[in-house]
Amino acid sequence: MTAALRPSISACPACVAAPGAQALAEQALHKDAHIALSLPTIHCSACISTVEKALAAVPGVRSARVNLTLRRATVEADPAIMPDQLVKVLEGAGYEAHELDAGTLSVTQNDRAGRDLLMRMAVAGFAMMNVMLLSVAVWSGATDATRDLFHWISAAIALPTLAFSGVPFYKSAWAALRARRLNMDVPIVLALVLALATSLWETALSGHHAYFDATVALVFFLLTGRYLDHRTRAIARSAAQELSALEVPRAIALRDGAEVQLPVSELRIGDLILVRPGGRMPVDGVIAEGRSEIDRSLLTGETLPVFAEPGRAVSAGEVNLTGPLTIRATAVGRDTSLHRMADLVAIAESGRSRYTSLADSAAKLYAPGVHILSALSFLGWYFYSWDVRTALNIAAAVLIITCPCALGLAVPAVTTAASGRLFRKGMLIKDATALERLAQVDTVVFDKTGTLTAGTPELTNLAAHDKGEAAVALALAEMSSHPLAVSLANAARAAAITPAEVADLTEVPGYGTQGIWKGQPVRLGRAAWTGATPGAETTAWLAIGDAAPRAFTFTDRLRPGAANAVQHLMRQGKRVILISGDTEPVVAALATRLGIAEWQADALPADKAARIADLQAAGHHVLMVGDGLNDTAALTAADVSISPASALDAARVASDIVLLGSDLEPIGDALTTAQSAIRRIKENFRIATWYNIIAVPVAVIGLATPLVAALAMSLSSITVSLNALRLK
Amino acid sequence: MEVLSYLIPISLLLGGVGLVAFLYTVRSNQYDDPEGDARRILNKDWDDHPKP
Repeated sequence: MTAALRPSISACPACVAAPGAQALAEQALHKDAHIALSLPTIHCSACISTVEKALAAVPGVRSARVNLTLRRATVEADPAIMPDQLVKVLEGAGYEAHELDAGTLSVTQNDRAGRDLLMRMAVAGFAMMNVMLLSVAVWSGATDATRDLFHWISAAIALPTLAFSGVPFYKSAWAALRARRLNMDVPIVLALVLALATSLWETALSGHHAYFDATVALVFFLLTGRYLDHRTRAIARSAAQELSALEVPRAIALRDGAEVQLPVSELRIGDLILVRPGGRMPVDGVIAEGRSEIDRSLLTGETLPVFAEPGRAVSAGEVNLTGPLTIRATAVGRDTSLHRMADLVAIAESGRSRYTSLADSAAKLYAPGVHILSALSFLGWYFYSWDVRTALNIAAAVLIITCPCALGLAVPAVTTAASGRLFRKGMLIKDATALERLAQVDTVVFDKTGTLTAGTPELTNLAAHDKGEAAVALALAEMSSHPLAVSLANAARAAAITPAEVADLTEVPGYGTQGIWKGQPVRLGRAAWTGATPGAETTAWLAIGDAAPRAFTFTDRLRPGAANAVQHLMRQGKRVILISGDTEPVVAALATRLGIAEWQADALPADKAARIADLQAAGHHVLMVGDGLNDTAALTAADVSISPASALDAARVASDIVLLGSDLEPIGDALTTAQSAIRRIKENFRIATWYNIIAVPVAVIGLATPLVAALAMSLSSITVSLNALRLK
Repeated sequence: MEVLSYLIPISLLLGGVGLVAFLYTVRSNQYDDPEGDARRILNKDWDDHPKP
């Protein structure tokens, strides 16, 4: 990497005239040269020191720190250091490394909300322990002045604690009330305020019962539930962001004849952009120079590469296969077809938010019920005894006892356990309600290319050719890095065929390779170029002299675990459907291979989404598994969606669950895990309900002392958490 | 019972010290890499003298 490849820091021409500004900008960059690297294979303490030493030994690197939990290294270095350099150094040291886009990652680095919750939880926990110590003394028989003193000290601890730790609940309850709704937090806040007010009043009148311990314990348990919930989602979010950050948005532009590496966001319409073989088109454009083949499978689902020559339009997201291409940008940034597709997703998304989670529907029943109950017991006791103090005490006791400790833990404890279990199997749950929606699924729709198949071709008819032909084909194939050629060469080598002696080997980008064998011209490549008539299958043609061209046909290799996943789903009685944008024979062949009875070929993106909408209208709950841009609308339309890690960024964003490995097998398990998780959540709700059925009458008739409240609250919370841990 | 007058402040103080220590560890990012920190302790790198 040379200085010429680095982007100029200031983009404005005036800044060039003012070198001071340039120097300033340079300095600012100096401070901020963070490089983040993903290290998927590190696992031990030796790895940490090897990686850190290898990085620190590179001149220009100021410091390097490995984070083993995130499997990531952060490097601070001179701006002259390019990430590729460090990746090479680490590969030399024996570790796989990938550059991460620091801009995409920065959001995860300081998880402010998580830290905030943790602080509030710690304060509540500390206060709870201290207040409980004092309360134990009261329960075991402290009287008179001692009891009053202990109550006052408890109040002195509980009041500031509640003011600090309860903030998330006050905020959420206030937001709900302003929108004229009731959520779980409204009764919680009411219970806290009422219990605190009556306890202070009782303490001032040197009464027997004060609920300071219960209020603080309540806040602690609820914050625990909330923190668990937050952490599960934060882990998923950071892993998802890491996937996005792996695609560093950088392109090589030709400016005044020099190659300049630029962030994709800085490309302008009319720029000439160089796309190397294997690279992805950063923008929409027209090919200005070069011949090659383009893989459009991520956009359309077609497996056959398309021939590319000057004048042909290309869209962002397509992959260049053989020769270098120079394209002139016609649409950049938000105007590219990639982004327009992603915008379509946003429209479909509004349908998703209609789903109400189990916790929300429980809260809808719960919140008004609790309020009515406590109001009734206040009125009942007031008209029975004409004593506001007793009536208020009992109303507070009812609110405290019914307060949803167990309800607040019931869902997060189970989802944390289930998400952790699926994460270990290589599945990332991005959405909080994804598990609930997954449990309802009865129909599974698969995309073909890149989802059920790996997107790498596999030679099918090597045996149909004699040794001589195969040897010539091998010699020609080894010249090229085209996926078909590589696959042909691998298959031939595996069959112990040695390459024939072919002279004058040359590759013609976009067409194939040619040479001279035994005085005859030989060619391996596209149908038209070799004089053959193209068929529906993926085929490379071999022409020897004037003889009729020989066909080498390929099929797309199945993704590992695809067959098992489909069988597993069918055994569970799910309806499995294959919908692809690819041609009919290819889709039909794959469907028979996997035993899928229902399939649809030549589907446009809108067809896929429409088919899913039809299924939903017929009362089915649909799981969509897909990876391409042509699937994004379907992924959002479906009740719940899964995409593999290799999927396009837009598809991963649109789906609820991301498969981290290349294996599809966890999908079957995910459905079972989701179902058992929902069973546990419902069990937990039942436990919480039973607990209320027993505890509420006790509170209403005025027998609930602070000791009873503390016991009941802890007992139900612990039962619910233990039940969540039973999830296997 | 006079013992309470200094035992209670002491117990509150000790709890408070624990809380402050916890808040300090959270603020100084000590929970960012629990797995790595558990392994680093076995590292021989800075056994003889502290990291400069």
